[in-house]
Amino acid sequence: MGLASGSPTVDQGLKSELEKEGVVLTTLEQLYNWGRRSSIWPLQFGLACCAIEMIATACARYDIARFGAELFRPSPRQADLMIVAGTVTKKMTPQVVRLYNQMAEPKYVITMGACSIAGGPFKEGYNVLQGIDRFIPVDVHIPGCPPRPEALLDGLMKLQKKIDGQSIESAEWYQQGQKREFPIPAFGPKGLEPPYNPEVWKPREYEQKKQTEAEARKIHGTIHDPKQSAVSQ
Amino acid sequence: MTNTIETQTRPSLSTQQLEVSIGPQHPSTHGVFRMNVVLDGETIVKLKPVMGYLHRNHEQLAENMSWLGSMPYTDRLDYFCSMTNNIAYALAVEKLMGIDVPERAQYIRVIMAELTRLVNHTALVGFLLNDLGAFFTPVLYAFREREKILDLFESVAGSRMMCNYMRFGGVKLDLPDGFVDCAKAIVDNYPPFLEEMERLLTKNEILMARCQNVGILLKDLAVNASVTGPVLRASGVNYDIRKIDKYGIYDRFDFKVPLGTVGDVYDRYYVRILEMRESLKILRQAFKELSAGPVISQKGLIAAKSPRNMKVPAGDAYGRIEAPKGELGFYIVSEGGTKPYRYHVRAPSFINLTILEDMCLGHKVADAIIILGSIDIVLGEVDR
Ligand code: SF4
Repeated sequence: MGLASGSPTVDQGLKSELEKEGVVLTTLEQLYNWGRRSSIWPLQFGLACCAIEMIATACARYDIARFGAELFRPSPRQADLMIVAGTVTKKMTPQVVRLYNQMAEPKYVITMGACSIAGGPFKEGYNVLQGIDRFIPVDVHIPGCPPRPEALLDGLMKLQKKIDGQSIESAEWYQQGQKREFPIPAFGPKGLEPPYNPEVWKPREYEQKKQTEAEARKIHGTIHDPKQSAVSQ
Repeated sequence: MTNTIETQTRPSLSTQQLEVSIGPQHPSTHGVFRMNVVLDGETIVKLKPVMGYLHRNHEQLAENMSWLGSMPYTDRLDYFCSMTNNIAYALAVEKLMGIDVPERAQYIRVIMAELTRLVNHTALVGFLLNDLGAFFTPVLYAFREREKILDLFESVAGSRMMCNYMRFGGVKLDLPDGFVDCAKAIVDNYPPFLEEMERLLTKNEILMARCQNVGILLKDLAVNASVTGPVLRASGVNYDIRKIDKYGIYDRFDFKVPLGTVGDVYDRYYVRILEMRESLKILRQAFKELSAGPVISQKGLIAAKSPRNMKVPAGDAYGRIEAPKGELGFYIVSEGGTKPYRYHVRAPSFINLTILEDMCLGHKVADAIIILGSIDIVLGEVDR
């Protein structure tokens, strides 16, 4: 039995033929990933409105248990997945990063809702962090305000696909001395210090985005400026 | 805290007070609420709430956007009850603009408000039981009922939770075909659900032992702290804005205001169950009297068509309603422009939370959790 998923010893035709007879041929890696993706335990951690939809997903109608992720753990030490459900304020950011650091490897992050992706409707707020991916790496983004429970399930399936594609041999959390921990920002009178983590977030993109935003605002402003439109008419 | 207390009964044992921070990530704090408690053994000596973990600058944002622009933001205040939040804000602006609301829209508003009350109280009972240790099973039942009502909301507004359905001078769209029949069916099926819940809970030995005489809130303190909603009524104060203010068309409905006697957690639980029954009564009357007609007044329609140009006459207004959690008020000041000059939300959860320490002192930590649960807070509204 080969370790890697693309092992040449398993012939696909033979495999499906055997499956008909009730013999399942698999690789260790596939078995291992199947086990991992079928028991993703999320962290019981809600921030705002989106958390209610997360609870609704866990309830009988949408039943997240079908995907093996129904066991919400209150402690980060026992959780595999952090669903950042809701607005991350600047005051809350240090706690979120600390929770991420406390989770055991392998760990995954799903951002649920526009707020945790990019600030959402509260983007302009002085106390709102414009996306948690400035501080921790995110695996799946689920847009929506709030995303429907089906969307969360879809995000979970995307994550399962990602887990399927990972290999034991090259998984980064099995490398020696590797533990993904990120510096916890300090919350002070001037907001967060530092404002983003350069390891995770690329400042050039961030600056570019800001620039295009400013330009868009300019164009927007000229359209709605009654004096200017009167001149052009 | 390092000062040592000599307990009188056992002088040989000295205890040390311990300061514990519960939250902001804690399974029983209903979001990101945090409380710093000082404990003497298991008993609470001091409790200090720490807020602001969900401060989303709601009021500041509203002052920089058009009047209608902050309507969807009100959805996100108390995210269980988006419909009632919409109504309160619409009421405040309507007062200032002097817009009337057509008959049919008034009825639709009442229907939505009472359905919201059902959603909120049902979910609350589920979460309260969660805090009591009956982990998740009651929530499953509560959310089963909630989903049915959310389907109704989705059919009228297009969104399950964030409805954004009210407009100044009415509502956004008329009810879809078959809405009333579906809503009637839900209302008819609610009493069996409530009875089932009551059969399992109301006379339940454990629930009574845990909730009775815990977290008593005396009448005087409740009034002085301007507590409102079911928390106030459980203490025996007859104060329901639907009866006192008679906003909208609430004077046409025949319903009672359930009151508690002791003011403990049990009363707060039971008052909510009774309130749901009264809401069902109101809903039945509203379905009977609902007549055809426009759902938004002419003035309101013009305002809704071009919200960026909508101007509100200078002045200030306060619109308040009996939201499921208490008195929800919007205080707005206009300078006659397209944006509010000042916009303030009187959030019931926030004000009801102020008496948390008084209710918790002398109780055990586990009791503090259910007292917090019985106040029924939503952090979106507390921190805004
Ligand atoms: S994305 Fe929308 S629903 Fe989710 S937390 Fe933000 S405001 Fe609330």
